[in-house]
Amino acid sequence: MEDDAPVIYGLEFQARALTAQTAETDAIRFLVGTQSLKFDNQIHIIDFDDENNMINKSVLLHDAGEIWHINGSPADKAVLTTCYSKTSESRVLTCAAVWRMPPEWESGSHESPDDSSNNPQTLELLCHLDNTAHGSVACVLWEPMGDGKRLISLAENHVLLWDLQESSTKATISSSATLEGKGQLKFTTGKWSPHHNSTQLATANDTAIRGWDLRSMSQIYCIENAHGQLVRDLDFNPNKQYYLASCGDDCKVKFWDVRHINEPVKCLEEHSHWVWSVRYNHSHDQLLLTGSSDSRVILSNMVSISSEPFGHLVDDDDLSDNEESQQEDKGKEPLQDSIIATYEEHEDSVYAVEWSAADPWLFASLSYDGRLVINRVPRALKYRILL
Amino acid sequence: MSSDTTPPDSDPKGQRRVHNMLKLYYGLNEEGKVADQAESLDPCDINGLHFDPDVYLNKLRKECSLGELMDHESCMVKQIRSLDSDMQTLVYENYNKFISATDTIRKMKNDFKKMEDEMDCLSANMTAITEFSARISGTLQDQHAQITKLSGVHTLLRKLQFLFELPARLNKCLELQAYAQAVSAHRRARCVLQQYSHMPSFRGIQDDCHVIMEQLAQQLRQKFRDGGSSAKDLSECVELLLQLDEPAEELCDKFLSHAQSRLEVDLQGLEAELKDSAVSDTGRGSVQKTSPGSNPVSPSSSSVNNPFLSPTAGTDILEFIDRGCNEFVSSLCLVIASYQELFINRPQEGEFASKNIPEMANGKLHVFVDTLAARYFSLVERRIQEEKGVSDNSLLVRALDRFHRRLQAISKLLPGSAVPSHGTEIVVRAARERIKQYLSALQTFYHDSLTDVRQALAAPRLAVGGASASGGGASSKDDTPSLPELLASLSNFILNQLKSVLASVHLFTAKDITFSNKPYFKGEFCSQGVREGLVVSFIKFICQSSRQYCESTGDRGGSTPPALLLLLSRLCLDYETSTISYILTLTDEQFLVQHHTPVTPVTALCAEAREAAQKLLNHYVKVQGLIISQMLRKSVETRDWVNTIEPRNVRAVMKRVVEDTTSIDVQVGLLYEEGVRKAHSSDSSKRTFSVYSSSRQQIRYAPSYTPSAPMDTNLLSNIHKLFSERIDIFSPVEFNKVSVLTGIIKISLKTFLECVRLRTFGRYGLQQIQVDCHYLQMYLWRFVSDENLVHFLLDEIVGSAAHRCLDPSPMEQSVTEVICERG
Repeated sequence: MEDDAPVIYGLEFQARALTAQTAETDAIRFLVGTQSLKFDNQIHIIDFDDENNMINKSVLLHDAGEIWHINGSPADKAVLTTCYSKTSESRVLTCAAVWRMPPEWESGSHESPDDSSNNPQTLELLCHLDNTAHGSVACVLWEPMGDGKRLISLAENHVLLWDLQESSTKATISSSATLEGKGQLKFTTGKWSPHHNSTQLATANDTAIRGWDLRSMSQIYCIENAHGQLVRDLDFNPNKQYYLASCGDDCKVKFWDVRHINEPVKCLEEHSHWVWSVRYNHSHDQLLLTGSSDSRVILSNMVSISSEPFGHLVDDDDLSDNEESQQEDKGKEPLQDSIIATYEEHEDSVYAVEWSAADPWLFASLSYDGRLVINRVPRALKYRILL
Repeated sequence: MSSDTTPPDSDPKGQRRVHNMLKLYYGLNEEGKVADQAESLDPCDINGLHFDPDVYLNKLRKECSLGELMDHESCMVKQIRSLDSDMQTLVYENYNKFISATDTIRKMKNDFKKMEDEMDCLSANMTAITEFSARISGTLQDQHAQITKLSGVHTLLRKLQFLFELPARLNKCLELQAYAQAVSAHRRARCVLQQYSHMPSFRGIQDDCHVIMEQLAQQLRQKFRDGGSSAKDLSECVELLLQLDEPAEELCDKFLSHAQSRLEVDLQGLEAELKDSAVSDTGRGSVQKTSPGSNPVSPSSSSVNNPFLSPTAGTDILEFIDRGCNEFVSSLCLVIASYQELFINRPQEGEFASKNIPEMANGKLHVFVDTLAARYFSLVERRIQEEKGVSDNSLLVRALDRFHRRLQAISKLLPGSAVPSHGTEIVVRAARERIKQYLSALQTFYHDSLTDVRQALAAPRLAVGGASASGGGASSKDDTPSLPELLASLSNFILNQLKSVLASVHLFTAKDITFSNKPYFKGEFCSQGVREGLVVSFIKFICQSSRQYCESTGDRGGSTPPALLLLLSRLCLDYETSTISYILTLTDEQFLVQHHTPVTPVTALCAEAREAAQKLLNHYVKVQGLIISQMLRKSVETRDWVNTIEPRNVRAVMKRVVEDTTSIDVQVGLLYEEGVRKAHSSDSSKRTFSVYSSSRQQIRYAPSYTPSAPMDTNLLSNIHKLFSERIDIFSPVEFNKVSVLTGIIKISLKTFLECVRLRTFGRYGLQQIQVDCHYLQMYLWRFVSDENLVHFLLDEIVGSAAHRCLDPSPMEQSVTEVICERG
């Protein structure tokens, strides 16, 4: 059985922000935020119909400014946050806000897909995460698996923990921490750990990765010089609580055990330019997705440091192959760490990759020219992992 | 004599026969006969055998005239006559001889008759003599028997006298310490005494002798035990004791233990020396440690002192071995020799043969020699291990040679001994150890050389930095030590060092060294030891350490100066192209390596070197790219692009980028060839840039002004397809200048692009980027292999900046040109 061809969707504008709709577990849905300084920015809701291999899109207007970062609430699929830049008085400031999608977007878009762009519906603003005191927001993180009430925003060198109240219409800072040090410290990105009862946060600034305890709002570890250059993205292994993947401008992807921060557990150097995004598969943590400004997306199989035992992969038959190769497979070694596939559908830098929240075998990648590519894990590998 | 009767003139044939018979009789006809036979076939030959008178006559009659016939006849008659007279003479002579012979025979007859009479008389006399003689011997017989008996009694009496005198004689010998005499006397008497011991008188003598001999043996033992006596005395002693039926085993033990005590002294002397030198050795170690730093600039001079320095504090190894040989080994040999003489190689007399003494003694000797040799070896080995400085290999080799040679003596003396083979093992171990030491010395040397190069690179680098800060980095290039020179000197130093090491190691296999013909030194030492263990390991080490430069310093450009990376890369590449095969050929030639075991092929080493070179060069590109990237990134990130003023000049950072790129270009150009670049027009900067800004830029930017945005992405992707081959930013480069520079520029411009995309620009911000890019365009195209690459990336930068611009109104092309040309 051939693997399905990738599905490509083109946006009119350039785009950097991509997220899976976290709370949606039935439909395969991605949210893309556009970047345009001159036109009204949009949020494209991309629904992927797995059976027909088709894309349905809906467009919501986001007129506050160009979107740098987008994140969906884990509890309410209609709620999302964006980080957007606002230009006022010749000053560019990145703000963050919580939005609600209008309830009727779904029905409206299906009836008239053609004029949706002409007459798009607008997002409903729930509240701003007021950051005037703290400067530009780099990203906003939802509490993983939470009830959609707690948020963290990273603004310049501040970590701000917000509580949403009154059905998300009011946000108050419940606690905050500031990174002190010489020079102009600035968080570039962060990740809220799903482990330890969601009390840990990892942030990146320049070449360092820091861990924070949210109860005391204090630093618990710091990996200085985690990468040779800027750290661009982080992700926690969903199944192994101390494992963390990071990527950066040194073209490397590194895996860390935060208990032993002197040396990375593993280091991949497959991309030929900066790696902007790294994502663990939510269910099978050996699958790792990276997107880079060399316009490539790489899907790797990191068996050796995954939570799944080695033997699991070997002993079963590979359904996609015929009898002969079954014989071979039985004699095979456990899968090695390897690149599964390199996807070259993008023509421009890929700034975001994301696994679908609903289907663990599906992922999307977004390049700067507004091209969204939806790909699947190769079937052969899928069955090997499953069976 | 029938021919006498025939008429001579009518029968020449008969005459011939007579002639022949005469000839035959006197035995002088052999040659003539052959000639006769040749002639004889002719019937007309008057002298031939087949002469036919009728034919001859007919022939004459036919051929000749009357006158001739007459002549012929007279001639013939003349010949016949002369022949006739000849014959008469001969006959006469013979007759005379016959007569005289007859006379002689008659005379002899008379003489013999007389002789017969005399013989008869003689035989009669002889008979008379025999008779007389028999009568005489008959009368003398009785007396003779008596004389014989008397003489027997005399001998016996003399023997008895000897026996009776024996105790006294022995005592006297004892007093005079003439032990040998005593023992021989006693031995002579012993069996007789034993035999007649049942007779009281003899018994008394025997007892006396026993007592005396006991005393004597006691004295001998005492003397033996004393130990002060010389080896010769000792052996004499042992010999005597043996003759006295002393148990041989005990004697062996005693002898050996005595010898051991003397050898112990030698060994202790050696050990004491070992301790002394150990003390002085630690002192030497500290000296060595300080020396590498003391002379950092010129490896040539430091190489003289550096790891190869070994001040001769204490005794050197040759002295030590000499002493060991002279004292221990030689006395051991002496002991062995005398021991063998005493116990093993004795003439086998009846008693000794039965007891199997030689075997027992031999066994004891082996054990003895083995234990002592083991101790000696351990001492020698300790001493060899202390020989850490690789200063003078010849000393060690000579020492080992001497050591080995002297052991050969033992092997000659003691054929079955394991000692020489142990000795050889020690030599082999020492050789192995030495190779290891040389390897580490080479490695240290390599590191030191690199440190030197590093310092040489670093010092002027500061000067360049200062100069460029004051405006004009390239001008002070003269001061820098040129990279090719450094490379050449480094490469020469390493090669020379390697050669000298090879020469030193070669000493091990020199012809005059005794152990050089051992199988190890012929085979394994050359191939596994020198080739693999030393040369190949060293080359691998170079590659390895080069790779480490790439890995350990992955962060922020690292501490390794880029020039060093470049230099090493070139070094590795040179190794790949020529040096490795040269070194290996040299080694193989010098050591006549016969590869019994598989060895690392040249190609594998070359591949490794090439890989290292590639890695270093890639790393160099990365480091240099990052340095420029950092400048560009800082310049983009720290500026407020929205509120910038209208551009009036190119930003200083761009000039710096171009300057740095130029200096990198110069640097790389010193070591690497130019490389191939795609053809470009003489004035390509201007041409393409104008195209880009007038037509293409318009096309590309046009969609962003119109709401019908989908066209934009299509067009963008179409334009991308023009440059369909993907640009790998951090990709491996080729070994040439253009490729290296292309790599660096790619990295820098891509960084520029990504940084621009993260910013928001005001109108003037965009225009500044335009100006900057134009400036870069003007200068960077010349460095790269494909100028389109630069154009493409710069287009992307300006395009992205335009996208990120709040008020995208590009600057007039002519204005940017003016600004850029103004500088």
